[in-house]
Amino acid sequence: MNINATLFVQALSFAALIWFTVRFVWPMITDAMDERTKRIADGLAAAEAGKQSLERSAKQADEAIAQARGRAADIVAQAEKRASQMIEEAKASAKTEGERLVAGARAEIEQEVARAREALRSQVAALAVAGAEQILRREVDAKAHADLIAAVQKQL
Amino acid sequence: MAAGQAPQNAGEYIAHHLTNLRVGEGFWTFHIDTILMGWLTGLLGLGAFYLVARGATSGVPGRVQGFIELLVEFVDDTVKGVFPGDRRFLAPLALTIFVWVFMMNAMDLLPIDWVATLTGATGLPYWKAVPTTDLNTTFAMSLTIFLLTIFFSVKAKGAGGFTHELFTAPFGNNPLLWIPNLALNIIEYVAKPVSLAMRLFGNMYAGELIFMLLGVMGTLAALSFGGMLAGAAAGILYWAWAVFHILIILLQAFIFMMLSCVYIAMAHEHH
Repeated sequence: MNINATLFVQALSFAALIWFTVRFVWPMITDAMDERTKRIADGLAAAEAGKQSLERSAKQADEAIAQARGRAADIVAQAEKRASQMIEEAKASAKTEGERLVAGARAEIEQEVARAREALRSQVAALAVAGAEQILRREVDAKAHADLIAAVQKQL
Repeated sequence: MAAGQAPQNAGEYIAHHLTNLRVGEGFWTFHIDTILMGWLTGLLGLGAFYLVARGATSGVPGRVQGFIELLVEFVDDTVKGVFPGDRRFLAPLALTIFVWVFMMNAMDLLPIDWVATLTGATGLPYWKAVPTTDLNTTFAMSLTIFLLTIFFSVKAKGAGGFTHELFTAPFGNNPLLWIPNLALNIIEYVAKPVSLAMRLFGNMYAGELIFMLLGVMGTLAALSFGGMLAGAAAGILYWAWAVFHILIILLQAFIFMMLSCVYIAMAHEHH
C-alpha cells in the first residue's frame, strides 16, 4: 500500500473533470438532443397540420366547384328562358306591328274610298244640275232653286 | 539501477514496471506518472466529448456526434434506471466516471515495454502508464464518491435526518439497537468506497501483472530454441489477453460508474 498525496491530486483532477462535464459537456450534448427531439416533434405536427389543411382545401375546392357548376346551370337556364321570352316578345311585337300596318292601310283605303265617293258625289251633283239646267233652262232659276239642288246633292 | 536502463532479471523487470515515478518524501510523495496520465486520459476522453459537444447540431448528426450521443444516451438511461430524480448532476457524473476510468484503463492496452522504452529514452527511470493500477487514483475517486454520498444524504434528509438514520437504520428505532445500527452503518460506509476502489485497482493491477509475466516469458525467446517457442506463445497470449482486456476495461469502467450511481441514488432514499 502506498497511499500518499497523489490521492489529493487525483481527487482534485476527478472533481475538475466532473465540474467540466456537468458544466459544459453534458448540457451541450443533451441540449442539442432535446432540441432535435423538439424539432422532430414540431416537424411531425407541421406535417399533420399540412395534411389536414390540404384535406380542408380539397374539400373547399370541391364545394367551390359544385357551387360554380350549380351557378353555371342556373345561368344557362336563365339565359334559355330569357331567349324564349325575347322570341315571344318579338313575335308579339311583330304581330301588333303587322296589325297596326294593316289597320293603317285599311283606314287609308277607307279614306280614299270616302274621298272618291265625295268627288264622285260632287261630280254627280254637278252633272245632275247641268242635266237639270239643260232640261229646265227656262223654268228653273239656278239662284231660286239653289237650296233645292243642295238638298238633292245631300241625298246622294 | 541506472535511469532508463533495462532491468536484468524477471524480478527486477516486474518491480521496475510496478514502480511509479515519484517526487517527494513520505506521505508527501507525488506519483508524477499517475497524475500526468490521469490528466492526459481525462483531457483525451472528455476533451473529445467537449469538442463534439461544441459542434453539436440539433439537425442531422454526423457519425462522431451520433456515437457520442449514443454514449450519452446509454449513460443517461443507465442512471435513469437507478435514480428516478433529477439527473442533471448524477448523469454527467456517471459519464465522467465511465469515460475517465475507461480511458485510464485503456492505457493498459499500450504494450508495457514500449511505454517503458519510450519514457526511458526521455530519461525517466519509471513510468506506470495505467493510473487505475495506482491505489491513489481509485481511492481518490471512490472517496470523492463517498463524500458526494454523504453530501446528498444530508441534502436529502437534513443533518438531523442523516444522523437519525445512522442510529435507527436498518434494524429500527430502539435504544438497544442504536449501537448495532451505528456499527453496521459505519461498516457499510467504509465498505462502499473501499470495495469500489479495491475492485477497480485489483482488476487492473492483476491484468497489468499478467502482461508483465507474459513480457518476462517473451524475453526467453533470445535464449534458446525452446525459449523461442515460449516467446512465440507469449506473443500470442499477450495478444489474446489484450483482446480479453478490452472487455475487462469496459466492464470495470461500467461497474465503477454503475456502483457510484447506485450509492448516490441510495443516499437519496429514506428509510
